[in-house]
Amino acid sequence: MSAIAQGNAAIIVPPLAKSPGYWAGVWRRFKKDKVAVGAGLVVLAIILMAIFADYIAPADPTRSSMLRRLRPIGTPGYPLGADELGRDMLSRLIHGARLSLFMGVVPVFIAFVVGSVIGVAAGFFGGKFNTITMRTVDVFYAFPSVLLAIALSGALGAGITNSLLSLTIVFIPPIARIAESVTTQVRAMDYVEAARASGANAITIIRVHVLGNVLGPIFVYATSLISVSMILASGLSFLGLGTKPPTPEWGLMLNTLRTAIYVQPWVAALPGAAIFITSISFNLLSDGLRSAMDVKG
Amino acid sequence: MTEETPLQTHPDRGGAGTPLLQAKTLTKHFPLGGGAVVRAVDGVDFAVMKGETLGVVGESGCGKSTTARVVMQLIPQDKGEMLFDGEIVGGQALTLKEYRRQAQMVFQDSYASLNPRLTIEDSIAFGPTVHGVSKANAILKARDLLERVGLDPARFAARYPHELSGGQRQRVNIARALALGPRLVILDEAVSALDKSVEAQVLNLLADLREEFGLTYIFISHDLNVVRFISDRVMVMYLGEVVEIGPVEELYGDPRHPYTRALLSAMPSMDPDNRTMEAPLAGDPPNPINPPEGCRFHPRCPHAQTVCAKVKPVLATVGEGARQVACHMQVPGSGHSQAPALEVAA
Repeated sequence: MSAIAQGNAAIIVPPLAKSPGYWAGVWRRFKKDKVAVGAGLVVLAIILMAIFADYIAPADPTRSSMLRRLRPIGTPGYPLGADELGRDMLSRLIHGARLSLFMGVVPVFIAFVVGSVIGVAAGFFGGKFNTITMRTVDVFYAFPSVLLAIALSGALGAGITNSLLSLTIVFIPPIARIAESVTTQVRAMDYVEAARASGANAITIIRVHVLGNVLGPIFVYATSLISVSMILASGLSFLGLGTKPPTPEWGLMLNTLRTAIYVQPWVAALPGAAIFITSISFNLLSDGLRSAMDVKG
Repeated sequence: MTEETPLQTHPDRGGAGTPLLQAKTLTKHFPLGGGAVVRAVDGVDFAVMKGETLGVVGESGCGKSTTARVVMQLIPQDKGEMLFDGEIVGGQALTLKEYRRQAQMVFQDSYASLNPRLTIEDSIAFGPTVHGVSKANAILKARDLLERVGLDPARFAARYPHELSGGQRQRVNIARALALGPRLVILDEAVSALDKSVEAQVLNLLADLREEFGLTYIFISHDLNVVRFISDRVMVMYLGEVVEIGPVEELYGDPRHPYTRALLSAMPSMDPDNRTMEAPLAGDPPNPINPPEGCRFHPRCPHAQTVCAKVKPVLATVGEGARQVACHMQVPGSGHSQAPALEVAA
């Protein structure tokens, strides 16, 4: 006590050996999960591929050649064939990863931030505020997410920004709902009561005691939405509501190659395979994260 | 000294012989749908003297924990008020935040009452930082308190709650409650979840800390032996009401209210010659949504008479003044045949 009474700004707290905390435990459990680690590596590879597309891609993804339309896989100079305008499929797939990943991650991230704010506030403050907020959010559940995305994109007009916006709006309600239910559970814990009993205000309690315990589960849920977002974005492009040609994007590529399905089925299926691999990797990664984090204590 | 004023000890305003906390007709009703109301706490009056331990006993659902939460102001009361050292809690002179520096609570579930993402020392240091103590000072204080509750700071301060045993965690919770330098500590079933040997250690710790810091306890428990060990006075609650208050040995030795008698006779005896012979209470406590008219205990009371079903007995002083009982049998002229005779004025 006397040491504290003499306290001034220059106090040095001797650091103690921290025991491996919660995240160390999560990482230890995650490492054991072979499938999740594999999925994580695939995701990492796709991200790197998107970042370094300019260096990896063997050809210009927009350079077309009328003479080399719809070449099969394995054609010299076209390792994965050529599309309906004679563009190199491999280069287009590599470059397409950029926009597809962007459309998968960005709307989910924005929705994660907005949905968490809405859900945590509703869950923490409860009462009428919760009822009004969550019932408003529930209105969005009346529409299937695909239809909602299409309707919003259609109303806003085609283009990347608009499809980004519509996807964000589609993902806010589910994230807000998860955030609300997790926060409601945490709010009922005695340590939140104890924090209130020590005189802390709501903002401090949320910052110190609530966020640390709710952001993990919300984040895991959000990562599972990345694949949905990619597929919806591809769907919007497929319908002509997202990316415009000639920009390479997997959904759009799937759309334009659709007519070639009888001529070069393997080439036409490639963008679909890319979407599939990426989204299933994100899903498996998020599953692994969830089980690694879902441990009592 | 810098401008940072580390939690000062609070001045004793009223003096040693005055109550630290006075609860006056404290009432908390929880509305259910359809107009039904759970009368969890219904007009409870009591006082806790400075330096004493007030034990609170009663069956599950009698309003012990709700009383604790109202006293801690975790839930606001519907009616009634509390005076803390003579000042109205939440009034001008004693704001709620200030009151919460002086009154703290230890919960039953040692695990749920610690944030799993914070180290032990961060959990303990949280309260002081809320009240303007610097993080460094708060951490030093936390380690000091860990030492006082019998946990080596070098081993435990940087650990996480799940790495501790139940007894160790409850020691941490006690340290956390003490971090703000409170005068009143509410212990809501604080030792009930611990196994017997650990429970005894924690009880001894609580008794030592009471001496060391000059604390006043409100000790809530369903365990009558534990309450007898730690308390100076005991308050018996039944269906949201106080039925009897008195000094611990007096109350255990000569329970006046039939409910107290039933409760004490249900206590297992260690002495085979002193086995319980009286039949324990029959049935469950009535529903607090529609408590019985008159005395709330009368449907289960072996001595119930017509007056008990009609008139609600008030908590009144009996004997030499330290004991208060809410029973018609203790009030002269109440209409109960076992009530003492009215003293006829000479």
